[in-house]
Amino acid sequence: MITQIEKQWYDESAENEAGHALSPSLRPAGGKPIVRFRSVRKSFGELPVLKGIDLDIYPGEKIALIGPSGSGKTTLGRMLMTLEEPTAGTILIDGEPLWAMEKNGKPVRANEKHLQKMRGKVGMVFQHFHLFPHMSVLKNVTLAPRSVLKLSKEEAEELAVAMLRKVGLEDKLHVYPSQLSGGQKQRVAIARALVMQPKIMVFDEVTSALDPELVGEVLSVIKEIAKEGQMAMLLITHEMEFAREVADRVIFGAEGLIVEEGKPEQIFTNPRSERLQAFLQRFL
Amino acid sequence: MWDSEYAAQLLPAFLPAFAVTIGATITGFMLAVLFGLLFAIAGRSAAAPVRWASRSVVEFIRSTPLLVQAFFLYYSVPMLTPVAMPAFATGVLALGLHYGTYMSEVFRSGIDAVPRGQWEASTALHLSKRKTWISVILPQAIPPVIPVMGNYLIVIFKETPTLMAITLVELLLTAKTEASATYRVFEPYTIVGLLFLAVSLIFSLGIRRLEKKWSFGRENEKGGLR
Repeated sequence: MITQIEKQWYDESAENEAGHALSPSLRPAGGKPIVRFRSVRKSFGELPVLKGIDLDIYPGEKIALIGPSGSGKTTLGRMLMTLEEPTAGTILIDGEPLWAMEKNGKPVRANEKHLQKMRGKVGMVFQHFHLFPHMSVLKNVTLAPRSVLKLSKEEAEELAVAMLRKVGLEDKLHVYPSQLSGGQKQRVAIARALVMQPKIMVFDEVTSALDPELVGEVLSVIKEIAKEGQMAMLLITHEMEFAREVADRVIFGAEGLIVEEGKPEQIFTNPRSERLQAFLQRFL
Repeated sequence: MWDSEYAAQLLPAFLPAFAVTIGATITGFMLAVLFGLLFAIAGRSAAAPVRWASRSVVEFIRSTPLLVQAFFLYYSVPMLTPVAMPAFATGVLALGLHYGTYMSEVFRSGIDAVPRGQWEASTALHLSKRKTWISVILPQAIPPVIPVMGNYLIVIFKETPTLMAITLVELLLTAKTEASATYRVFEPYTIVGLLFLAVSLIFSLGIRRLEKKWSFGRENEKGGLR
């Protein structure tokens, strides 16, 4: 099913800058958005989860998405990773619709081939890691580079070892996931996603399933990666200190809408909306 | 009643028949695994017609007796098409198709038990559907159902006498031939029974070993050591 808004995106040029969601003061200098959400809605059955999201993400930008549980944060990330299909609206990656494609000059619903091509630019780290339990750490990290990027075994392993070193686990290459702590599992999952070198990475509440004493090791790994800069990040998180430290821009969502967005200092020290003020109270 | 001398004379006649029975069992089982996987995977296809076709075929085959299917393949298919297969090939195909439908249910339960996160992680790593099946899903779906697959191996073995109806010279048909030549029924049928018993016991012993092997050190996503 193709939505009205997707048709419109085909009729106009994908380069159209009209209706820019982000105020110029927040827009990073130069560059076109790598990801654009346009009036994106999502319902599960009768239940609306997202009620019209407009969001632009620029190359290399680190965005923290905060908000109460059930506000649709995770759904937003999952739609970008092609794990959920929007009910309405358009998501563009590098100017190209994610969930729609052109066939004989007409826009139609994206097929698996189109999604496969588009999702190459996106990576995701999950709350529950989802490591492959029947594979060693090294195999977990080399599987996709070998199969998708067609690297040789040596190239893939070299790359994997470099990534595992980055997350501090180069001594666990031949260990199976069940022998790792939660924090270690999540760091392997990060290395596994990084090795595909996506342009934007979704971190979906990556520390929510961890014991409190293991949260720090995962956050510091993400901070290190953030410093390197090239990759855009969508950080869905409940860690406010972390959001403040890492993010270029913080977005507060509640009940399926973006309620407020701004620089971390503004969001955390000078929240405008009552909804955000009430939300932040709980973290003080 | 039991004449050991006569029984000993019979044994050489049973040797080739025994080989045919074991051969039909192994080949039929392998075909059943292959068809089972195909039915199970097609039953989960994103394309509705593929899903629908697979489920109808499974339902159709399961609702008709193996014997009827064997007759159809052996006698009717050559009349309808230019394809005429020898008894052995027809027999293992019938066994493979028939038990493939049951095997597909076994695989389906194994596949359903793989957490959804494994599919999602595969998508997030840009793996193709094919690669996801081969490297991520099936290696986790199959080990837990190996014991059930083993039980179907025994069931297939015990069903091979059905194929005497399409002239396959397996153990039971051999016994029947001998019995009608000498009018002595006791020894041939007893020997057949004992042979089936012995091989079934060996199979189940092997399955129990596999079961032990797989229940130990099996890892799953959330369990295991921390």
